[in-house]
Amino acid sequence: MSLQALTYLFVGLSFAIYIAIAIWSRARSTNDFYIAGKEVNPVANGMATAADWMSAASFISMAGLIAFLGKDGSVYLMGWTGGYVLLALLLAPYLRKFGKYTVPDFIGTRYYSKAARLVAIICLIFISFTYVAGQMRGVGIVFSRFLEVDINVGVVIGMLIVFFYAVLGGMKGITYTQVAQYCVLIFAYLVPAIFISILVTNNPIPQLGFGDQISGTSTYLLDRLDQISEELGFTAYTENSKTNIDIFFITAALMFGTAGLPHVIVRFFTVPKVSDARKSAGYALIFIALLYTTAPAVSAFAKMNFIDSVQEVEYESAPNWFKNWEDIGLIAWKDKNEDGVIDYYPGNALKGVKPKYTNERGKYNERVVLNDIDSSNLNEVYIDNDIMVLANPEIAKLPNWVIALVAAGALAAALSTAAGLLLVISASISHDLLKKMVMPKITEKQELFFARCSAAIAIFIAGLFGIYPPGFVAQVVAFAFGLAASTIFPVLFMGIFYKRLNKQGAIAGMLSGLISTSSYIIYFKFISPDLNNSNNWLFGISPEGFGFLGMIINFTIALIVSNFYSKPPNEIYQMIDNIRKP
Amino acid sequence: MTYWQLNLLILFILLSIWFLVSFGFGIIWSENLDQIKFGGFKLGFWFAQQGSIYFFVIIIFIYIFLMNKLDKKFYSDHQEKDKDKD
Repeated sequence: MSLQALTYLFVGLSFAIYIAIAIWSRARSTNDFYIAGKEVNPVANGMATAADWMSAASFISMAGLIAFLGKDGSVYLMGWTGGYVLLALLLAPYLRKFGKYTVPDFIGTRYYSKAARLVAIICLIFISFTYVAGQMRGVGIVFSRFLEVDINVGVVIGMLIVFFYAVLGGMKGITYTQVAQYCVLIFAYLVPAIFISILVTNNPIPQLGFGDQISGTSTYLLDRLDQISEELGFTAYTENSKTNIDIFFITAALMFGTAGLPHVIVRFFTVPKVSDARKSAGYALIFIALLYTTAPAVSAFAKMNFIDSVQEVEYESAPNWFKNWEDIGLIAWKDKNEDGVIDYYPGNALKGVKPKYTNERGKYNERVVLNDIDSSNLNEVYIDNDIMVLANPEIAKLPNWVIALVAAGALAAALSTAAGLLLVISASISHDLLKKMVMPKITEKQELFFARCSAAIAIFIAGLFGIYPPGFVAQVVAFAFGLAASTIFPVLFMGIFYKRLNKQGAIAGMLSGLISTSSYIIYFKFISPDLNNSNNWLFGISPEGFGFLGMIINFTIALIVSNFYSKPPNEIYQMIDNIRKP
Repeated sequence: MTYWQLNLLILFILLSIWFLVSFGFGIIWSENLDQIKFGGFKLGFWFAQQGSIYFFVIIIFIYIFLMNKLDKKFYSDHQEKDKDKD
């Protein structure tokens, strides 16, 4: 069967499963819709959490990012897993014991304040939409490369599927489709990784192959990577090029941000007992670790294969995948020294980084780009990080069914995360904003109706993000984690572990975290991006890592302000005592 | 010690390990550990890209084990303690 037919088969089959599950697990009450009736098995919830968490970014982009960053890429590996330790130990069991529907629910009740609830809702909606935009881009890329349909058609198909199971099934439908999606995505990630590991090192376990010798030689893969990286003028693969303080702060911001992400936290509201919430976090991390320990191995294999098959190869005899991805617009080649040979070196090949293609073809039938040449370096290749995982099976010449599987897996990763986010957005609108603040008199049936409406609207907006992608998706990811770390995490943590914190302290803390972090990021990412380098950063902390400092600011301001105002009322003390018991 | 004090003690010990394997071995002392090699891995690099994640999983399961024991010791008489009141 042709690649395209196989891809249609795999993607179609997986979509059919998701729809079947959605019909079987319809939501009948708000309890079903928001938290799946609190009857999800902890292992199933662990799987759903893993699928919810591992987005298009984890599946498609992360390995590519690490391939280019080398050891610096560890910030993502540690940051996006270490947060689960915080979540399991510091938040999940207590928030489950609290037993309500949403994160703003906890903040509003614990700090006996509508203002606190509102600030939480705003942060939550901002964080979640930022994230959804990235998922839709992932859906678009997969559809355009593998199914050869228009990106917009792809996004619309994706939205229809999510609409179907999120609006109909709510959290219940999403949970069980996420279980299926986890199975699809992990299988799709591991199969090519195992193949490539065998190919490169003769070791079937990628986690071990990563540290093994290249097959047929006695050279270790990582030593060889260090050597070729240095030869070409890059930093050695296993060494940092960022400063330790920056790596420390970025890792911390990602960890605390992970623990503060509403769509992850809310997953722990769906299990029957407190002990199940703990167990569920453990299983979630196992399922996540399966992909996250494979990813750096994939990065190393991919980097090797990429350099081997492209470096100093004549463009005309370059492999097919190189030209396919050039047609999609994720690779560009500008023959700076006019020798017809691809030269891959450090630095940006083109001024303005992203290629601006024309419809013309050049001397070697390459796509002509309008960008000025960046003559400060010899690099001739622009390559988007995203293609490393998607092109990996092609680069390693794996059979077509593996490539089709990767397409289905990438879609599962993007759709599962999008659905989880959309549910959090709809719950915070129908439950926190409408039911708890604007119109408290609505019945449960009406609330369920509004929950479905807001889910539908959120999907529509997310679809627009996919069709008209804002150019700043990559920049705003730092934003989502920075805000979760600097606004939501501290008030949840202190809400459980520090009884004396009153509403004035909490609101002042959230606002100071929000304002400091967003102004730092907006300044360096949008107002003066040309100043965005370590000479101008505060204490050498990049915008990606600033969320951790914002978190410290939040804690400090909250504790100071709290002391100037009276203690929280007695029933809050009782409530906290109650959530501290299992 | 009360249930809550023991809980805090467990958290303190486990989070210290969490900090040590990630921020400690993976970042702060990573370059020093890189002097030690096993197989093709430099130890600091291994902690940063593999080891810390394995430890995170182990930490959570130790936490689950200890907390279940603690729950049993203090709250074994209540079976459906957690049933929701809403």
